Amino acid sequence: MTSNPDKSQRNGAPAIHAKQLCRHYRMGETLIRAVDGVTVTVSAGEFVALLGSSGSGKSSVLNLIAGLDRPTSGSVIVQERDLAQLSREELARYRLHTVGMVFQSFNLIPSMTLAENVELPMRFAEVDRGKRESLAREALARVGLQARMNHRPSELSGGEQQRAALARALINRPQLLLADEPTGDLDSHTGTEIMDMVREFNQQLGMTVVMVTHERALAERYAQRLIFLADGKLVGDEENSPVVVSASADRGRA
Amino acid sequence: MKLSDLSELAVRNLRESLLRNSLTTIGISVGVASLVAMLSLGIGLQQLASRRLMKSGLFDTVVVTSRRDLRNFNREEERNGPAPGESRILDEPTRQEIERLPHVLEANPDIRFITELRFEDKPHLTTIAALPSSAKSNDAFESMQGLFFSSDTAPEAILQKTFAEELLGKTPKPGLDETDVKQLAAPLVGKELTVRYAQREATKSSSGDQSLASAAYSVVSREQKLKIIGVADLDPESMRGPTRARVFLPLKLAESLHVMQPTDLREISRSASDQPVYSSVNVRVKNPSYIQAVEDAVKKMGFNTFSILDASKSIQQFFKVLDVFLGIFGSLALAVAFIGIVNTLVMAILERRREIGIMKAIGASDSDVKKLFFAEAGAMGILGGVVGVALGWAIGQVINLGTNVYLKSQSFPPEHFWSVPWWLVAFALLFSFLVSLAAGLYPASRAARLDPVQALRYE
Repeated sequence: MTSNPDKSQRNGAPAIHAKQLCRHYRMGETLIRAVDGVTVTVSAGEFVALLGSSGSGKSSVLNLIAGLDRPTSGSVIVQERDLAQLSREELARYRLHTVGMVFQSFNLIPSMTLAENVELPMRFAEVDRGKRESLAREALARVGLQARMNHRPSELSGGEQQRAALARALINRPQLLLADEPTGDLDSHTGTEIMDMVREFNQQLGMTVVMVTHERALAERYAQRLIFLADGKLVGDEENSPVVVSASADRGRA
Repeated sequence: MKLSDLSELAVRNLRESLLRNSLTTIGISVGVASLVAMLSLGIGLQQLASRRLMKSGLFDTVVVTSRRDLRNFNREEERNGPAPGESRILDEPTRQEIERLPHVLEANPDIRFITELRFEDKPHLTTIAALPSSAKSNDAFESMQGLFFSSDTAPEAILQKTFAEELLGKTPKPGLDETDVKQLAAPLVGKELTVRYAQREATKSSSGDQSLASAAYSVVSREQKLKIIGVADLDPESMRGPTRARVFLPLKLAESLHVMQPTDLREISRSASDQPVYSSVNVRVKNPSYIQAVEDAVKKMGFNTFSILDASKSIQQFFKVLDVFLGIFGSLALAVAFIGIVNTLVMAILERRREIGIMKAIGASDSDVKKLFFAEAGAMGILGGVVGVALGWAIGQVINLGTNVYLKSQSFPPEHFWSVPWWLVAFALLFSFLVSLAAGLYPASRAARLDPVQALRYE
């Protein structure tokens, strides 16, 4: 896979712009304000960590950016498209081509082999069969799983499953990588392995990364910016220097 | 998503919960099988009935009579067309003319006469009729003992059962079982029968009056020896009522006898030659659907016609109603299968909630998810349809076999009253496919509407 960042990314133009973003829902009699007036801008090519305790609304914000959910009010503009204005069909196309997602629980389809899991987004994108197979093989090789491509997820370790999920997230070459507690179910060594890969994608492919986590140490080690949420509100937004500093050099070059 | 991907994923998903999906598919096949079985029974019975009716000769025959007979079947017709006195004579040239009409297979004169027969020196009085060689396929002769006429001119006779009883001096007692034709035929076949009849013989006139010369003939008493070759169980002329014959001769033989006919007397002034005049001609039509056309053509020639076309129409209507009823009963099982599919797919949605959520998260649209469930329903429908048609066909064969074993035990000839035409196979497959798709409608749209955030949270 080659790096192919467009102009907006080079200029550091906003990739994501959330404005007065709200997501309320009703649970019985009580109104829950999962996201309550969040305004935030993420530049193209940035690596951002969304931090907060459980119930702070960080996953809800991620789902709104991913186009999996719609805001109650406010707007999310991703690459000049207001997600709230998109139809269900357009939103699906947005998820297919613009967003790659990884989850805490990997979310691979258990009845499919790794290769089939990685191919699945290309089926939705109607990529030709022959091309699909070689791209899936290439993506799995990139995350070091070429030997495991015909195994089912249940036959693999958690780290291997998350690597496969990363390969799947990248297969349609999205500009945005959204990660929801990607290391939550992994031991620290495997977690580091996964995070190194995420950083690699951020630096080499120029992908904008938004990662939800509750581990501040992990966020400080990898993210360039830390955004803190509590009770659905933005309570902090600070620049951060990742421990491994190759990132800034890379960004300067790009 | 492409159709190939869709069907591949659908088949894969069906294989994942093999037991449940197989059971559902079996449900569909049983439904299709019962539909196919019911409808093929209806079609088979209809074909059997029309085959029987065709053989009976009732439905492809038009009876032509001269208007000069003054015994029209229809007063309305009597008022139209030429007056009886001016209308044509039903003679040999006319018969040939009718035979040349389109769709006409043959036109045979109806020769019948009441006369005396001698068997073992005892006189018997009965009606004799001539049969064309094509009557061999009439189902009245199907269970006949002995043989049909060896040729159209052979001096042979076939007896009807009641006349055979009369010859042997047996009268069946009421309430008892009817006598077996075999027992009647055994002492009669091969024996000789003598027919006494009045022959019309043209006389050579010495007078110079040409117009009257050929019209003169004398009536001579004659005898003809006949060999009994068969005894018919059923009555080949049951529709004729009191005028039905009990002894049958080959047609050409009967013609060569020149038996004095009642029409001969009436037409003596008109008949210009030795050409025979017929009281009626039986016209056989290639196919019952041409009956009306032939009747119209013959009427145009100035004759009266009669056929049982209307009766056949109401019989066809009866079978249409029967088919509808059988179809409804067959569809009931398919309706149960329909509910089975809905149930299976709704269960599959519950089970695969998370999977649906994942697919949506990685970019599947509502319509992708919908199509996928649709494809699964359709695949079950096609598979169930194929198995069901095969099953229905097998059920039919078994019933056919069983019934024929029963018929044989009751000494009836075997019957094929089970028919699975190609259009029924195609219809059953299409129907099962469409019913399955309809069953997939609700589950598919439900799966498509699933909220991905909630579906992903679901463990």
